[in-house]
Amino acid sequence: MQRIGVFVCHCGTNIAATVDVKAVAEALGHEPGVVISQDYQYMCSESGQNLVKDAIKEHNLSGIVICSCSPRMHENTFRKAAAAAGLNPYLVEIANIREQCSWIHRDIATATEKAIILGKAAVAKVHLNTPLTSMESPVVKRALVIGGGIAGIQTALDIAEAGFDVDIVEKEATIGGKMAQIDKTFPTLDCAACILTPKMVEASQNEKIHIYAFSEVEAVKGFVGNFTVKIKRKARYVDEVKCTGCGACIEKCPMKKVPNEFNMGLDNRHAVYIPFAQAVPKIATIDPNYCMMLKNGKCGLCSKVCAAGAIDYKQQDSFIEEKYGAIVVATGFNPIKLDKYDEFSYNTCPDVVTSLELERLMNAAGPNGGTLLRPSDKSHPHTIVFVQCVGSRCSDEKGKPYCSKICCMYTAKHAMLIRDKYPDTEVYVFYIDVRTPGKNFDEFYRRAVEQYNVHYIKGMVGKVTPKSDGKIDVQASDLLSNEQLHIDADMVVLAAAIEPDKTARPLATMLTTQMDTNDFFTEAHPKLRPVESATAGIFLSGACQGPKDIPETVAQGSAAAAKAIGLLCKNSITCNPCVAHSDELMCNGCSSCEKVRPYGAITYSDKEFRMPDRTIAVRRVASVNPAVCQGCGACTVACPSGAMDLSGFSNSQIMAEVDAICK
Amino acid sequence: MDNNLKEQILRSSGVNVLKCMRCGKCSGTCPSYDEMEYHPHQFVYMVEKGDIQKLMESESIYKCLTCFACVERCPRNVEPAKVVEAVRLAAIRQQGNNHLTPVQIPGMLDEDLPQQAIVTAFRKYTK
Repeated sequence: MQRIGVFVCHCGTNIAATVDVKAVAEALGHEPGVVISQDYQYMCSESGQNLVKDAIKEHNLSGIVICSCSPRMHENTFRKAAAAAGLNPYLVEIANIREQCSWIHRDIATATEKAIILGKAAVAKVHLNTPLTSMESPVVKRALVIGGGIAGIQTALDIAEAGFDVDIVEKEATIGGKMAQIDKTFPTLDCAACILTPKMVEASQNEKIHIYAFSEVEAVKGFVGNFTVKIKRKARYVDEVKCTGCGACIEKCPMKKVPNEFNMGLDNRHAVYIPFAQAVPKIATIDPNYCMMLKNGKCGLCSKVCAAGAIDYKQQDSFIEEKYGAIVVATGFNPIKLDKYDEFSYNTCPDVVTSLELERLMNAAGPNGGTLLRPSDKSHPHTIVFVQCVGSRCSDEKGKPYCSKICCMYTAKHAMLIRDKYPDTEVYVFYIDVRTPGKNFDEFYRRAVEQYNVHYIKGMVGKVTPKSDGKIDVQASDLLSNEQLHIDADMVVLAAAIEPDKTARPLATMLTTQMDTNDFFTEAHPKLRPVESATAGIFLSGACQGPKDIPETVAQGSAAAAKAIGLLCKNSITCNPCVAHSDELMCNGCSSCEKVRPYGAITYSDKEFRMPDRTIAVRRVASVNPAVCQGCGACTVACPSGAMDLSGFSNSQIMAEVDAICK
Repeated sequence: MDNNLKEQILRSSGVNVLKCMRCGKCSGTCPSYDEMEYHPHQFVYMVEKGDIQKLMESESIYKCLTCFACVERCPRNVEPAKVVEAVRLAAIRQQGNNHLTPVQIPGMLDEDLPQQAIVTAFRKYTK
């Protein structure tokens, strides 16, 4: 005979204000098998847990039902409490009378009735609960970092520092990401390259870190502690081992008219290229879309001049497979495309640029060697207009609904640098709000206004029109003086919104992690678990989780590393015992479950079975590897013969709950 | 503040003025800006405040070209031109008089004026 205890939590007034908790405890006390039914103000508090523990011992309980908040919140708390009192933790059931009851109802009578029904369902289920024992699963002591920007580099360095092997997979030819393209960093105005490139070198020289540049994640299998990742090494047409990065091939390459992505297409590179001088790894890459040898077999100059014999026109994409205990996503961001903003003439006027393009135009290693010149006629611009929030804070389909966060600060930086270097240049910034929440951020923005006399105008630019004399007419509103302005500008700089990299979404599918509607990865808890994804073993670093500046990105990169290290330093982790199992006598080997299994835990084998009349039959039956199964339950639904069942959520338990609710 | 009038303007325009984030792009883009006493962003804000009588008495409601540049470019989909149109309609209905009669047309005609403009003018300036 079952001896069940029911414990109803008030959750302060969260539950008690809408649900008559005493009536719930009273009603559930009359359910079959229930020997004790109590209510308490905060069941999750220490005294609340002691109430549960004492009742288990005193009444020799065989199962308990906690009517409280969502099991996502405190199931673990009460399982631990039960275990401490000697009860198997899987004999605990939670009836969610907060999120699914008190929070969504106003009428006390209705809410109380529903809470009682939810409690009855949990009691019906706990009657059929069986003790379950967790298994242990080993942890592979190696981490994968996807993305080699400053976020990924910081995470990899920190994990390596703790003594674990880390691989970085970077889709571009070099690590460094967006920070490598930036000239100066706010609010200190120190040189980005000076602080980034030593970290890139450190990553490449650390014997614990292996960099797979020009590579992409192709497939991910497995689960926390034991992921198997297939990595595609894209063909560079250059042997990575032999190439010394001397650059002889680049000098001789006759194909010189390839838009240079690193300089945002503002100048050209050769068909064989190294993105920038401090690239890591410093290995040449041949662009198959432009290389004449690869396109029509005519040229081969680079191969002739390469002293190391590294050029390999026949190179193919190759694949490697590696096992990892933890995966950190650091896929970063990109500015949005501005094609749809005709009013800013971005597509028609070369002197209308994005902020990242301006960054390259002002960079010492950029197309103009650090002198700011107009892209159209290479003349010195005397009036520059900055437009904020282009595509940010938009509720239309063209833009993004969120604030891109970094634009206010980098615009203040650009404005200040221009006024410092070219005092004869007038700089206007059209803003909606200036957002500077960060250490020394507002002081930085005020310096731009007070010390550098940058003209900040509250209002938005409505129209940008290139004129025949080469000037640009900027029509905008000045909301504070309530007038419409026309500024004769030489250059217009658009602060384009930022969005997650396009590779993030297919990656999220491979990793079975969640994203929000803007394709930013969703953290496990927005406040308390900001660097973990909801999928165990997958961590988030940098702007893939939301817009971030460099200091925040580095902080989050280190935080993600700490979480990954916390996992990697365990020898094994406890598996969820709520896994599927198949009844071999009922299984007819139809393979329906195999088709739906997301984790690859189901295999088939031919087994001998004793049949009537002493005959033996060989049948194909399914079996589940409990170490791999994650308990999703897809197979139990797909199984036509009812052979598949899920421990802890068996078909009979769920039917008992449904019966209790419908009674 | 006239709440009934505000409700009427909101209902007939179908605009939620609370969506406005006060960026001023509507007024930055408006080709009639200099002709107007009250500018597109002010229409949205003053309707939000219920300060509608001033708008109805202003010539601004007839200066809007209904070119819809503000509607096209508003990042928050506020559609200021529809607010202007709603205020204009309210003014015409309240005054009960037309701002254009067929008798006036011949005197104003211009060879280059497209017929469509006359039709539009009747829609805008009469009941």
